[in-house]
Amino acid sequence: MTSVTAIRMAEPVEVADIIVKAVDISKRYGDGTQALSDVTIEFRRGELTTLLGPSGCGKTTLLKIIAGLLPASGGEVRVDNRTVYGPGPERAFVFQDFALMPWASVLRNVAFGLELRGTPKAEREDIARRYIKSVGLAGAEHKFPSELSGGMRQRAGLARALTVNADVLLMDEPFSAIDEQMRRKLQEDLLELLREEQKSVIFVTHSIEEAVYLSDQVVLLTRNPGRVVKSIRPGFDRGAGPEAVRRDQRYLDAVDDIWSQLKQYLS
Amino acid sequence: MSSRLPVFLSLLAWALFWELSTRIAGSTMFPPLSAIIITIGDVVQLKSFQTALVVTARAFAIGLGLALVVGILVGALMGRFDTADRILNVWVNIFISAPLTAVVPALMPLLGIGETTVVATVFLFAVWVIIIDTREGIRGVSPSLVEMARSNGATRWQMFRKILLPSAMPEVMTGVRLGVVRGVKGVIIGQIIIALVGFGALFETYLQTFQMTRFWALVLVVFSLGFVLVEIVGLLERRLTLHAKSR
Ligand SMILES: Nc1ncnc2c1ncn2[C@@H]1O[C@H](COP(=O)(O)OP(=O)(O)O)[C@@H](O)[C@H]1O
Ligand SMILES: [Mg+2]
Repeated sequence: MTSVTAIRMAEPVEVADIIVKAVDISKRYGDGTQALSDVTIEFRRGELTTLLGPSGCGKTTLLKIIAGLLPASGGEVRVDNRTVYGPGPERAFVFQDFALMPWASVLRNVAFGLELRGTPKAEREDIARRYIKSVGLAGAEHKFPSELSGGMRQRAGLARALTVNADVLLMDEPFSAIDEQMRRKLQEDLLELLREEQKSVIFVTHSIEEAVYLSDQVVLLTRNPGRVVKSIRPGFDRGAGPEAVRRDQRYLDAVDDIWSQLKQYLS
Repeated sequence: MSSRLPVFLSLLAWALFWELSTRIAGSTMFPPLSAIIITIGDVVQLKSFQTALVVTARAFAIGLGLALVVGILVGALMGRFDTADRILNVWVNIFISAPLTAVVPALMPLLGIGETTVVATVFLFAVWVIIIDTREGIRGVSPSLVEMARSNGATRWQMFRKILLPSAMPEVMTGVRLGVVRGVKGVIIGQIIIALVGFGALFETYLQTFQMTRFWALVLVVFSLGFVLVEIVGLLERRLTLHAKSR
């Protein structure tokens, strides 16, 4: 099977189609912490870009600024070439702690984005059921979050982000609260899902392996203040399946390369 | 079942003590329990009792209803906005511990000697604890739930109704239960101080005319009504907070 990703990787686009652009973003918190300093990153349409860096380098801050949940101190965020000033329907957020309502069933949680938008109940539950199925949660519609494992909870969080039909998914360390084996499964399932849903993903992680495994582009950040060090495009063929990828020399080289880059900033 | 036994035994011991000690002492102030219980049957059939019950229930319902609306809204405001919190916190903390009984006579010239004053008393007794507990609950709402709703374009009202209130439900319901307890005290204290409305008027009549058996029968009825009401709210509390607890 020749995947969409493989074709895209084989033919680098001359003028890249940029869906999100962060321009000269700075962020200083009220207590004086300089979390970000002049960060400029271009995110291409249909790609998965990870923001990778040590804890405290401003990944969450940057993602929330892009989401419109946090105001920047300087710079701007453009989505489809238009500056945005707050949250918008073209961006959906997936939270590290899942952000599920404990008092609501999986079905209501997944349909909640549509509920807030005023979509009629029958319609939004139809859509929610479809995505509950596609993230592999079929049968859990009427369970409560407390009855689900961490992995299943994040599947629900992902399904909720998919129901609102946003072009851009913003994922803040979505799998870091999930145990190792389940995390791998979720990573594979996410790639599988993205082959069907044409989404642009901005994915935050502090795991080099996760970043390289998932990404078309990896943006390295460092801290004090948070800034971009380098941007890397691993560029290996994912068509061969997850096991082959994890043994692929280019995958291993990219991991090494990133590690040697990041190492010099750790002291 | 076994956990009920001590409660039952302690009530029984108390009833026996009352019955025996009053029979031995033979005081007209404290009639035997058996006589009081028989009188309850008569008292509840009196027109004056039924009127008092309706008047009391109405004043209680209006006062508590106002306390719920105001308490939850003000509590939410204080929980959500630091400015509101800084302005209001000192007042809430003064009134939560103030001996409000002393304020009731001062309300009478303002609100008249009637239902309005009783309603105001219920409100003043109940509202503060509802404010404080709601504020506490709203402060504890998960920030990522709030961000989740914001990123989905929630309006202020949606945020309150669908995220803040359900998240804070365990604390809000604790506040409501304590508010009901205080409101029950408020309605009776208000009526007794005014002495012209509802059960207050009845208590006054029975005391003035030395009908002590009826007086104590009424006390037992009022105690039981308050107890049952608080138990019902407790049940409601458990129902409403079934899932929020697991957050
Ligand atoms: N609300 C806040 N107030 C003050 N400082 C903050 C706040 N949130 C984050 N920071 C600081 O900003 C820096 C970046 O934080 P964050 O974006 O959470 O990093 P990351 O997600 O990469 O771990 C850190 O030094 C952190 O302590
Ligand atoms: Mg973070």
